[in-house]
Amino acid sequence: MSSLTGYLLVSALIFSIGLAGALTRRSAILVLIGIELMLNAANLNFIAFWRYGPNAQALTGVMFAIFSIGIAAAEAAVGLGIVLAVYRHSKTTELDRMNSMKG
Amino acid sequence: MLCAWTVSLMQTPNYFWNYVPLLLQILAAVGLSSFIVLASWLIGRHRPGKVKLSTYECGMVPQGDARGRFSVRFYMVAMLFILFDVEAVFMFPWAVIYRKLPGITGSRFFGFWEMLVYIGFVLVGYFYIWKKGILEWSKDQADL
Amino acid sequence: MNEPMTPSMIAFSPALRILPEILMTLTGVLVMLVEAVLKPRTSRKPLGIVAILGTLAAIAASVYQLFLPAGTAFFGTVQSDAFSVFFHLVIGCIVLVTLLISLDYFEGHTSFVGEYYALILFGATGMMLMTCSVELLMVFISLEISSISTYILAGYRKRSATSPEASIKYFLLGSFATAFFLYGIALCFGATGSTNLYEIAKGVADGASPLLLTVAFGMMLIGLGFKVSLAPFHVWTPDVYEGAPAPVVGLMSTAPKAAAFAVLLRIAYGAFGTAIHIWMPLVWIMAVLSMTIGNLGALTQRNVKRMLAYSSIAHAGYLLVAFTALAPMGIAAASFYTAAYAAMNVGAFGIISYLSGYNEARTSLSDFAGIARRHPVAAAAFAVFLISLIGIPFTAGFFGKFYVFTAAINSGNAWLAVLGLLNSGVAAFYYLRLLAQMYMVPVEPPREADTAHARPAFILAMAILVLAVFALGIFPGRILDLARAGAATFSGPANAASQTVPVALLRR
Repeated sequence: MSSLTGYLLVSALIFSIGLAGALTRRSAILVLIGIELMLNAANLNFIAFWRYGPNAQALTGVMFAIFSIGIAAAEAAVGLGIVLAVYRHSKTTELDRMNSMKG
Repeated sequence: MLCAWTVSLMQTPNYFWNYVPLLLQILAAVGLSSFIVLASWLIGRHRPGKVKLSTYECGMVPQGDARGRFSVRFYMVAMLFILFDVEAVFMFPWAVIYRKLPGITGSRFFGFWEMLVYIGFVLVGYFYIWKKGILEWSKDQADL
Repeated sequence: MNEPMTPSMIAFSPALRILPEILMTLTGVLVMLVEAVLKPRTSRKPLGIVAILGTLAAIAASVYQLFLPAGTAFFGTVQSDAFSVFFHLVIGCIVLVTLLISLDYFEGHTSFVGEYYALILFGATGMMLMTCSVELLMVFISLEISSISTYILAGYRKRSATSPEASIKYFLLGSFATAFFLYGIALCFGATGSTNLYEIAKGVADGASPLLLTVAFGMMLIGLGFKVSLAPFHVWTPDVYEGAPAPVVGLMSTAPKAAAFAVLLRIAYGAFGTAIHIWMPLVWIMAVLSMTIGNLGALTQRNVKRMLAYSSIAHAGYLLVAFTALAPMGIAAASFYTAAYAAMNVGAFGIISYLSGYNEARTSLSDFAGIARRHPVAAAAFAVFLISLIGIPFTAGFFGKFYVFTAAINSGNAWLAVLGLLNSGVAAFYYLRLLAQMYMVPVEPPREADTAHARPAFILAMAILVLAVFALGIFPGRILDLARAGAATFSGPANAASQTVPVALLRR
C-alpha cells in the first residue's frame, strides 16, 4: 500500500465519520462539527494529492486547502450566528424540534 | 544600517551566525514587553482593592459551578476572533512569495496592490463591527 | 481593485474581465459602510437606491464585456465570454428586480435593512463570479460567497418563528452540499492533477482514471444538485422557501440556481466534455426524479410558497433535461430556460410578497380566494406568471420548455421529452387550482387588515417582469442569439492563457 493510498483511506474515513455525524446528530452544533470534518477530509485529500502528484511545485493543493480553511471559518461563524438566532425563538438547538413548517 | 549589518553577518561562514537575527528579534520582543509592563507600573497609580486583588479569571467569577451560562457576547467575540484570525492566514503565502511576485505577475506593484485591496476589505469589516458597537461590551445597541 | 497596469503587459486591464463584480462589490461595501454610520431610525431607502444604481452599472458593464474579445484573466481563473455575459445579465436583472421589490417590502422598516441590500449585492457578486470562473478554486470561493449571503438572507424576518428555522435548515444542508462539492473537486484534482477546467478537460481526454472521475463528478453533482434543489437533494427546498422572506425566495430560487447551472454546464460540457458517458446517466435519472417528485409534491400543498417550492424543483428537472441534449443546443436551451424561469418565478414571489405583507401571514391557498376582486392588477400579473409557469404559448415558460424538449428530442432523448410533457400536464393542475382560487372563488373577508398598497418601485418591477415574460415568449430572438453565442464558446479549444499561478511559479 503506497502512502498516497493510506492518506486517501484516512481521508475517506474522516469524510464518512463526518457524514455519519451530520446525518444522525440532532443538535445543530454537532451537525456543524460533522460538516467541518467532511470539509477537512477534502483538505487532507488536496494535500495528499498535491504531495504525491506529478506537479508538486505547483502549489494548487496547498492553496486550495488554505482557501477552504478560510471559507470554512466564515461558514462556521455565520452558522453559529444563525444557531443563536434560532435559539432565541425556539429555545433549542435540536433540529427535530424545529418543526414549525410541515407539508 | 542594522539591516545591512545583519546581512553581512549572515554571509559569514559560521553557521550559528545565522541565528543572530532571531536573537535580535527575541531581544526586541522581550525588551518591548518589559518596557510596557515597567512603564505602566511606574506611571500608573496603585490603588489595590478587594476586587483588584482577587483571582483574575477572564471576567468570570473564579469559584462556583463551571457550567453556568455564558453571555452571548462571548460567542460574538469568539466568532469575530475566528474571522480576523483566519483572514491573517492569507497573508502568509503572500509574504513567502512576495519577492517573486513581480516576476510572476509581470508588474512591479501588482502583488502589493492586491494585498492592499485585501487588507482594505478586512478594514471595511472592522469599521463596520466597530460602528455597530459589537466591540463594546456593555453597549446594548448591537441587538444580540 | 484599480491596479496600475503597464500598457505593455496586456492590451487592456484584466480588471475589465471582472468589472461587473468589482462594481457590485464596491456598491456593497459602500452600502455597508453608510449603514454603519447611519442613525438607527433614519430611512434606509437611499441605500436601496444606491444598490439599484450599482446593479444597473454592473449590468451595463456586463454588456460592455460583450465587446471585449473572449478570454481569461488573473492567471486563467476567470474568463469573460458570451456565456458568462448571458448569465451576468440574467443574474443582474434578477437582482435589480429583487431590489425594486425589496424597496417596498422594507418600507417603514430600518432594522438591518442596509445589511440586507449589502448582502444581496455581495451574494450577486458571488453568483456572477461563479459564471465566469474557469478554475475550480474560484468556483468554490464564489459559490461560498453566494451561499453564505443567501443563508443569512433566508433568516431575515428575525422576529418570525419560521425564518430563522428556514435559515438554519438552508445553512446546514447547504454546507453539507459544499463539503461534497469540495471533496469532488479534491478527487478531480487527484485524477487530473489540476483544478483548472481546461487542464481538467485535457486530463479527462488523456484517459485519467475513469473510476476516480466518476466519483469526482458524482460528488460535484451532489453538491451543485443541493444548491439547485434537484431531487433527491431537494428536501430543504419547501421549508426554506416557506420560511424565508418572499423577495429573498424570488432571488434565491433563481439567481444562485442560474449561477450553479452555469457552473454545472462549464464542468459537464467543458471539463468533462469528452466523458459524456460518465455523467449522462446521472443527469438523466436526476432530471426524471426532479420533474416527478417536484410536480407530485406540489399537488398536495396548501401553502402557496411551499407549492412554488415544489414547482421550482420540477423546473430544475426540466432544465436538467436540456443537459441530455448534445453540446451547443443543450447549453443554449439550458441557458435560455434559466432566463425564462427567472422572469416568471421572481414575479410570482414578488406578487406573493405584495399580497401577503411584511409578516407573510396570508400565504395559504385559501388566502388567495377572490384576490382578483380585491387586487385586480396584482392578480392579473400573478396570472401571467402562473400561465408562464404552466407553459402556455406566447409566454417565456412555453418557449423555454419548447426549446429544451426540442433539443432533447433532436439528440435522441425523446423519452425524456415525453416524460417532461406528461409532467407539465400534471403541473398545470396545481397552477390552475391557484388561478381558480383567485378568480372563481367568491371574496372572503380578509382575516386581518389587508394593507397591501402598491408603490412605484414595485409596480415598475412587476411591469419589467411581465414584459420579460411576454418578450421571451414572443420575441426570444435576441436572448436566444446570446444564449447560442454563449454555447458556441464551449466548442473552441482551451485558451492559451489557461495557466495557473503556481505553474507560472514553476516556470521561473
